[in-house]
Amino acid sequence: MNIRYFAWLRERVGTPEEDIAFPAHVVTIADAIAHLATLGEGYAYAFENPALIRAALDRQHAKPETALGAARELALFPPMTGG
Amino acid sequence: MITPRIHVQREGFDIKDEMARIEKSGRDIGAIVSFTGLCRSEGGALSALELEHYPGMAEMELTRIAEDAMARWPLQALTLLHRYGVITPGEDIVLVITAAAHRRAAFEAADFLMDFLKSRAPFWKKEHPAQGTPGAWVKAGAGDEAALKRWGAEE
Repeated sequence: MNIRYFAWLRERVGTPEEDIAFPAHVVTIADAIAHLATLGEGYAYAFENPALIRAALDRQHAKPETALGAARELALFPPMTGG
Repeated sequence: MITPRIHVQREGFDIKDEMARIEKSGRDIGAIVSFTGLCRSEGGALSALELEHYPGMAEMELTRIAEDAMARWPLQALTLLHRYGVITPGEDIVLVITAAAHRRAAFEAADFLMDFLKSRAPFWKKEHPAQGTPGAWVKAGAGDEAALKRWGAEE
């Protein structure tokens, strides 16, 4: 699955996007975040507070309990500050 | 239903041109409201704002927000322009223009659009200070998500 990171999440992880093959127990966005947090120091720092993470599945806002399903792109980012 | 004019762009925009485009678009427009968001210097402390965005989703989300507004108010024109990249104090960041037969719809729709744009459109601001220290990401205001509730949105 293509994972994209934005703002300070991108800086902490160290890459704007990457392909990740999640293990079978990863079903929801929250599961995906918990898995990503185990991938290294930068990831652990990026995902240390899951309450601050917002997500979009195939470019639509999605809640942590949403199943990844057949989505091709998961984007993770902090609360938005546009406008 | 009207087609909203929506652009996510690096370059600046000309508010006069955007207003004129709407004034020319229909004879039943009785009210036009515009909102411009600018980069401020924070009393000289800020040299620039850097706006990161999620290409593709930004346009989609602005379109969704515009469609929500058009479903709620009888708008005759709607323009939503949002910039990304490095923006210096005094430059424009965002422009919302709404047009309707009567003022209330135009005022309310513009207010609604800005509330949703701030919390739902995938843009992130990083501050570049005038003095040496590295830039910091702007934190979302505590009131930003709460502002959506007055429009009946969840969270």
